[in-house]
Amino acid sequence: MTATPDRIADGSYWPQSYTLGPIMSGEPCCVPKTLISVEGLSPSYSGKTALENVSLDIDGGCITALIGPSGCGKTSLLSSLNRLTDLIPGCRLAGRIRIDGEDIHGVDVNVQGLRRRVGMIFQRPNPFPLSIRRNIEMPLREHGMSRRSELDERIERALRDVGLWAEVRDRLDSPALTLSGGQQQRLCIARAVALEPSILLMDEPCSALDPLSSGIVEDLIASLRGRYTVVIVTHNLAQARRIANYAALFWVQNRAGTLIEFDQCRRLLEAPRSDITAAYVRGHRG
Amino acid sequence: MSRLDRDTRLLWSLSASAVLASGLLLLIVLFLAAESWPALSRVGIQAFFFGKGWHPTEGAFDLTPMLVASLATSTLAMAVAVPFGVASALFQRFYAPVLFGQIYLWIIVLLAGTPSVVLGLWGLTTIVPLILWLAPPGTSLIAGSLILSLMIMPTVALTTDAALAALPQSHWAGAAALGLSREATIINVILPSARASIFAGSILALARALGETMVVLMVSGNVVQVPTSLFDPVRTLTANIALEMAYATGDHRSSLFVSGLALAGLVLILAIAARRSGGHVVHA
Amino acid sequence: MPDVCVAPPAAYLHVRDTLLRAAVWSATLLVGAVFAWLLADLLGQGAARIDWSFLTSAPRNAGRSGGIAPILVSTLVVVVVAIAVAAPLGLATAVLLAEVVRRGGRTERLIGLSLDVLAGIPSIVFGLFGNAFFCIWLGLGFSILAGGLTLACMVLPILIRTAESGLRMVPNDWRFGAAALGLSRAATLWQILIPAAAPALLAGLMLGIGRAMAETAALVFTSGYVDRMPSSLWDSGRAISVHIYDLSMNVAGGDQSAYASALVLIVLLIMINSAAIWLADILLVRRIKMI
Ligand SMILES: Nc1ncnc2c1ncn2[C@@H]1O[C@H](COP(=O)(O)OP(=O)(O)OP(=O)(O)O)[C@@H](O)[C@H]1O
Ligand SMILES: [Mg+2]
Repeated sequence: MTATPDRIADGSYWPQSYTLGPIMSGEPCCVPKTLISVEGLSPSYSGKTALENVSLDIDGGCITALIGPSGCGKTSLLSSLNRLTDLIPGCRLAGRIRIDGEDIHGVDVNVQGLRRRVGMIFQRPNPFPLSIRRNIEMPLREHGMSRRSELDERIERALRDVGLWAEVRDRLDSPALTLSGGQQQRLCIARAVALEPSILLMDEPCSALDPLSSGIVEDLIASLRGRYTVVIVTHNLAQARRIANYAALFWVQNRAGTLIEFDQCRRLLEAPRSDITAAYVRGHRG
Repeated sequence: MSRLDRDTRLLWSLSASAVLASGLLLLIVLFLAAESWPALSRVGIQAFFFGKGWHPTEGAFDLTPMLVASLATSTLAMAVAVPFGVASALFQRFYAPVLFGQIYLWIIVLLAGTPSVVLGLWGLTTIVPLILWLAPPGTSLIAGSLILSLMIMPTVALTTDAALAALPQSHWAGAAALGLSREATIINVILPSARASIFAGSILALARALGETMVVLMVSGNVVQVPTSLFDPVRTLTANIALEMAYATGDHRSSLFVSGLALAGLVLILAIAARRSGGHVVHA
Repeated sequence: MPDVCVAPPAAYLHVRDTLLRAAVWSATLLVGAVFAWLLADLLGQGAARIDWSFLTSAPRNAGRSGGIAPILVSTLVVVVVAIAVAAPLGLATAVLLAEVVRRGGRTERLIGLSLDVLAGIPSIVFGLFGNAFFCIWLGLGFSILAGGLTLACMVLPILIRTAESGLRMVPNDWRFGAAALGLSRAATLWQILIPAAAPALLAGLMLGIGRAMAETAALVFTSGYVDRMPSSLWDSGRAISVHIYDLSMNVAGGDQSAYASALVLIVLLIMINSAAIWLADILLVRRIKMI
C-alpha cells in the first residue's frame, strides 16, 4: 500500500553520486534508501480530518517536494514528521511514522532529540529577537555544546553553508531582525543546519521572499541535496522541477486531503498517471 | 450658521476642560510648594536631610529615617513581588491547564482590586502576629514589605502577562522545531523579548509601593528610626504624613508638605523612567 | 541514528529546567494559598457580623457594634461627587485629545505629560493638596464635598486615559463616513463616536469608581472621620475605607467589624466590576446588531 516511487537505479535522473550528510558521513551512496516511512497517517484537528490515510516512503539524501492546492494538508504532514503537531491543541495523529526505522511516537522517544534531528524551516522567516550569533548559538548550547571554540566554529560553518557568512561576519552581534527577509530565512536555515540534523522540513520557504532572495534560497536548498534529506512544500511547480527528486501531489477529496500521486518529480510533472495531477500541472502551466 | 455655532461651542468647552484638567497639576504643585515654603525658607533644605532627628515641635526636621524606611520597604517589596509576578504570568500563560489558568488570572485580578486598607487590616491581624512570634514587636519593616509585595505583585504579573500575550506565537514553533524545551524557550527567547515590559512593570510597582500609605501605616510600626534589622519598626514618609497631619501646625505642618513634595518627586521620576523604558505597562 | 556531532543535553540543563518548573509552580501555589488565606479570613471573620441590620443601622460603641449605614451613605455621596465632577471633565478632555488635537503634537504632549504626572502622584499627597486647597483655601472644611473633589482630582487621569483610548479605538471609516454625510463635528461626536466608544467609556468609569471607593489616604484629611449620617455635602462623613482603618488601628476589639466592613467593600467593588462587564457586553452586542 505504501507509495514508493520507482527507484532511480540507472542514474539517469540523478547522475552525480553523493554522500549523505555529516551524521551519516563517509558512506557514499548512489541508491538512496528509505529514511522516513509514513504509514496510514491521518492527522485531524478537533476531530476534523485534515489528511486521510497517507502512506509514503521518503528517501534519504533526496529532495522531496509536497505539492497541491491550499488546505490539502501539506503543512499537516510536514509538522507531523517532527511532532510539531504536539503543540496544536486538539490535533490528533493516527497512523505511524518511522524515521530510520524508529517509530517517532514510541514511548521512549525524546521529542526534543527528534526535533534536533529533524529541522524545520517555516514559511515566514522567524528568527528569535536575539543577535545573529545568539540565534545559532543558543540552540547549540541548549543541546549540550558549550565550548566556545567549538561553538564559534559551528556558527561560522553554518553561516558559510547558507552563504551568509560574508554578509554578516562583521555584525554577528547585531539583532537578527535587522536582516532582510531573505537573509533572515537563510539565518533560520543556518540555525537548523548548525544542529546537524539529518532531515530538513521546509514549509514554503521561499514564498515570503522577493524573487532574488527566493532564487538564492532555492540554490541553497539544491546544494543541501545529498547532505540532508529535504522535504519541501512548494506552490511553485517550476521550483519543484528545478530542485526536487521526488514529488507528492495532494488533493482534497471528501473534505480531507489525500495523497494522489507520488513519483519522481520530473515524471510526475511530465507524465502524470492521475487525471487530477494532469489537470493540476496543466493548470499551472496554462 | 447654527451648526457652526454648535461646533465652536463644542470646541470651546472641550478646550476649557482640557485646560482645567491639565491646570490641575499646576495647581497641585503650586499649593504644595506654597505650603512647603515657610518651612523650606526658615530651616533650609539641608535641615531636612542632615538635621538632628525628627522633633518637629522643637524645630528638628530630619526626614532621613523616613526616607530610608520608605526606600527600604518598597525596594524589598519589589524584590519579592517581581519574581512572584513574573512566575505568575509564566504559569498563567505556559504552565497552567486552561481552566486552572483562568482561575489563577481571576485571583490576580481580585488581588489587584483589593483595597490597600483591606490588605493592611489582614496584615495587621495575621502576618504581624506571626512576625511577633518570630521577633517582637511584629509591626516591622518586613511586615510592611511583605504586605506591600502582595499589593504590587499583580501589577508586575499583569504587565508581564500582557507582554507575553503580545509575543508572536512563531517563537514557540521556531523554538520547538529546534528541539528546545519549554524552559529553554522561556529563558532564552520569551523572557528576553518581554524584558522591557517586565522592567517597566517593576518600576511602576516600586512607585506604587513608595506612594502607598495605608499598608505601611498599619503594619510597619511607625517608629521614627533608621532600621538596623528587618524586624525593626519603621515609619515611612507616607505614614508620617498620615500620622501627624491631624495635629500639625506652623512649620511642622509645612514640613509635612515638604515631605509630600519630595515623595511626589521621587514617584514621578520612577513613573517617567518606567514610561521611557519603552515597555508597556498595565495599570492595575 | 548516531549522535556524534552534538552531545546529549548536559545534566545541568535538565536541572535548570526542573528548577524553573518547580519555581513557577511553587510561586503560584504560594500566591494561591495566600489568597485563599486572605479570603478565608475575610469570610470567616467578616461574614458573621453581616446581616441586614449591619447595613441599615448606625455604628455604636465606636463601631464595635451597630452597623455602617451612615458610612455607606457617606461613601456613596463622596464617590458620586467625585464622578459627577470628574466624568464630564474627563470625557471632554479625552475627546479633545483623541479627536481634536494633532497626535504627537505639542498640545497633546503637554496635556499627556501632566496627566501622566497626575496619575503618578501618591494618594496621600492628594490628601495634602485637598486639605490645603479645598478644606482650607476654599473654606469647605472637613466635608464630603472636599473629599469628593479631592477624589475627583485623583481619578481624573484614569478617566481621561481610558476614554481617550476608547475613542481612538473607533475605526476611522466611521469618521470619514460621517464627514461624507456632512455631519457637524458635534453631531459626529454625539451620534457616532461616543455611542461607539460607550463600552470603553463605561469600563473606565467603573475603574474610576472602584479606585475612588477603595481610597483611604486621600480622604482622612478631607472628608474626615465623623461617623454620623451626613445631612449635607458640607458635613464631614466617614468613608468605608476610613472606617476600616479606624476600626483596626484605633478601636480595640474592632477587628470583627473591620473585617465585616472590608467584606462589604470588596463585595461592592466586585459588583461594580461585574456590572461594568455586563453593561459593556450589552452595549457591544447592541452595536454589533446595529452594523
Ligand atoms: N491549527 C489548526 N486547527 C484546525 N484546523 C487546522 C489547523 N491547521 C490546519 N487545519 C486544517 O487542516 C487542513 C489542512 O491544513 P494545512 O495547513 O495542512 O494545509 P496546507 O496544504 O499546508 O495549506 P497551504 O498551502 O494553504 O499552507 C485545512 O482544512 C485546515 O483548515
Ligand atoms: Mg501550509
